[in-house]
Amino acid sequence: MTILTRRNLISGAAIGVGSLLTGCDALTRSPAFQDILASAETANFMVQRALGDRMELASEYGATDLSPVFRANGTRDPGTSDYRASAAQGFADWQLRLTGLFVEPQMFSLAALQKLPQRTQITRHDCVEGWSAIGQWTGVPLKILLDIAQLHESARFLVFHCADRLGGRPYYESIDLLDGFHPQTILAHQLNGEPLPVANGAPLRLRVERQLGYKHAKYVTGVEAVASLAGIGEGKGGYWQDVANYEWYAGI
Amino acid sequence: MVMQEKANIPDQPRHRLTTRLWHWINALCLLILLMSGLTIFNAHPRLYWGEYGANTDHAWMAVGSSDRIGYLRVGEMRINTTGILGNWQDSEGRIQTWAFPGWATIPSYYSLADGRRWHFFFAWIFSLGLALFMMRSLWNQHIQKDLRMRRDEWRPSNIGRSIRDHSRISAIRQSAGKPYNIVQKLTYIGVIFILLPLMIITGLAMSPAMDANWPFLTDLFGGRQSARSVHFIAAFLLVLFFLIHMLMVLISRPVRQTWAMITGGNGRGSDG
Repeated sequence: MTILTRRNLISGAAIGVGSLLTGCDALTRSPAFQDILASAETANFMVQRALGDRMELASEYGATDLSPVFRANGTRDPGTSDYRASAAQGFADWQLRLTGLFVEPQMFSLAALQKLPQRTQITRHDCVEGWSAIGQWTGVPLKILLDIAQLHESARFLVFHCADRLGGRPYYESIDLLDGFHPQTILAHQLNGEPLPVANGAPLRLRVERQLGYKHAKYVTGVEAVASLAGIGEGKGGYWQDVANYEWYAGI
Repeated sequence: MVMQEKANIPDQPRHRLTTRLWHWINALCLLILLMSGLTIFNAHPRLYWGEYGANTDHAWMAVGSSDRIGYLRVGEMRINTTGILGNWQDSEGRIQTWAFPGWATIPSYYSLADGRRWHFFFAWIFSLGLALFMMRSLWNQHIQKDLRMRRDEWRPSNIGRSIRDHSRISAIRQSAGKPYNIVQKLTYIGVIFILLPLMIITGLAMSPAMDANWPFLTDLFGGRQSARSVHFIAAFLLVLFFLIHMLMVLISRPVRQTWAMITGGNGRGSDG
């Protein structure tokens, strides 16, 4: 009465794996299934935030640990005429605007930012693709700017507006206030002791060290404080979140 | 025979319910984790040792394509893998230069974001399943009874015989349904208590948030890129385990063995 034979077992397994493959593609395209898969993001976020004291610092390294070449990724040159013109004069006219839910919205020139207290940190940059590079970053802690402009009580997220476009859309990213006030969250204007190269986000890039590289917005022109991410872009909190299914929380 | 003592209690199924449940959930998780993991690997098909590693740094292992030839390079050794790795045709006949081919990845087309979603969702199920199985198996004494190694089993002559038995079809067929021999015990303990936890630990060691919370995880492996290399090596040791496991099941009594892993079977291992 054996219905199962060795041969059916092998062919059954082969059919199973084959249908798993086509089935997986169909599931990947299903919005409902994507919601189920994305629930892991919530779990990762909650567990990673529950570990440690929430303000734990990312590892810092010594000068001998630096990567010989710090790889650039994403936009390597915004290429617009405005950007080129600004680069030609050493970004002397670059402005960083703090807008949205601030008690006192601000505008800083690069020189004004450089006169504020600075932080230098040697950290490891972890790309979502899998590679890592160690670099030394110098910049103004975001907390100092937030303290000057003072957030409204309703502010929940900080949105970083950028001068570069990818696929015709402006790049942007966002973080919550916990990362916004984290001591290693800085707007960097130097890499390895030199002015930030164009490929790495000149003149200002965000460093948010406990998350993956795509969160570290380059060519930053503005920080907007918002109560919700719904009205920005397509509402998912960042360029890569809008155009693909990258997670807003990039701690893993 | 001394080896028959425990598994012959008539009421005791060959495989307990928790073992069977975990076995199949785990098999599905590992298959999805492997295939979605290969999608993630395709985003940067190079492996390094140490903390950092990117395109200009030395990779000890890389998959690539040049002049329409796919290759796998390990150290200084370069193997032509055209058709399988680095340069292959997709189902519509187009040449693709991603490292692993579409039939080995989830999804079958390149999408790092979707591969990550599959990977992290099933990583949770895999991790929770493994933790529950470990606790339950210690509690119900599955580990202590079925995988405990007695002193006489460690005799070189016994280990030698057990290894030889794994290359003899008749011995493999005879061992079906019998208590585990020393090679099986060592393998199952190695997989359940070393390789599978290693996958989780090296996975976590690659996370920048974990690096802030628990930096010792990354330090344990000598850096994030080392942890990534170990993650990849351990995954392929699991593939090797799977292939040998399949071979042994197919050589012994595949129908009865599979049926026993579904329904439990009985302790006597009779043909029924």
